[in-house]
Amino acid sequence: MARMKFICDAERCIECNGCVTACKNEHEVPWGVNRRRVVTLNDGIPGEKSISVACMHCSDAPCMAVCPVNCFYRTDEGVVLHDKDVCIGCGYCSYACPFGAPQFPAAGTFGVRGKMDKCTFCAGGPETNGSQAEFEKYGRNRLAEGKLPACAEMCSTKALLAGDGDMVADIFRTRVLKRGKGAEVWGWGTAYGSRQAGQPGAKAPEGAKS
Amino acid sequence: MNRLMTIAASICLLAACGEKPQTATGARSDAPAYTGTGKAFAEKNWKQGDKASWESQLKARGANSQNEYQRTN
Repeated sequence: MARMKFICDAERCIECNGCVTACKNEHEVPWGVNRRRVVTLNDGIPGEKSISVACMHCSDAPCMAVCPVNCFYRTDEGVVLHDKDVCIGCGYCSYACPFGAPQFPAAGTFGVRGKMDKCTFCAGGPETNGSQAEFEKYGRNRLAEGKLPACAEMCSTKALLAGDGDMVADIFRTRVLKRGKGAEVWGWGTAYGSRQAGQPGAKAPEGAKS
Repeated sequence: MNRLMTIAASICLLAACGEKPQTATGARSDAPAYTGTGKAFAEKNWKQGDKASWESQLKARGANSQNEYQRTN
């Protein structure tokens, strides 16, 4: 299996926030923490675009690089997870992340920043798969149940795709060929390091028609 | 007797200055997702613990539920 990846199709996203609701409900995410959110570019202007943003589980994750206590790890499927028992809530990952994914619940009496929380690709954490401890710290482990992330499965227009990188890329490629536009995948190059059509410095492959 | 007590007290005091071993090694390892949860509330189309069936099940689930071209054409 290739790596697990997210794709958000800006041509399809209708800013319904169904993905946000699905995530919050599935994992019982507390108030003030948004593992996923919908961002609208050029809001109110004709041609506005919306995208659903969360942790993209980057190939070369900056959060892993800057964490002073090495609380992050990557699963065999390429999902970037973290150990809340090790996290000290310093917030370095928040500064490093290009997607603003790390969230910090106000856990203390005086609003002290708690341990970092973020999208887990519905893959839980280092606790035993499907255990109550895992659910309370990281949410449901849908991958271990043979399911895909709730946000993508709930998406009404299938703008948000999640799963095996090859599979989601195939689906997106078919769409682009059918509609003849909207090949740009927001965040894909930043997260997975590949140049995409429409990005600065992108080159057409050898022999491709322009 | 006093000398012995002084030595014992000194040892106790100096012991507090010793460095504790730092054995924390970062994040713990995680059980792979294909090992399943061992519970009934999981997809029925794969065998928990079988990596190949887990992978094929996830691919089929993703392709069937997310690719409407596959469903309508």
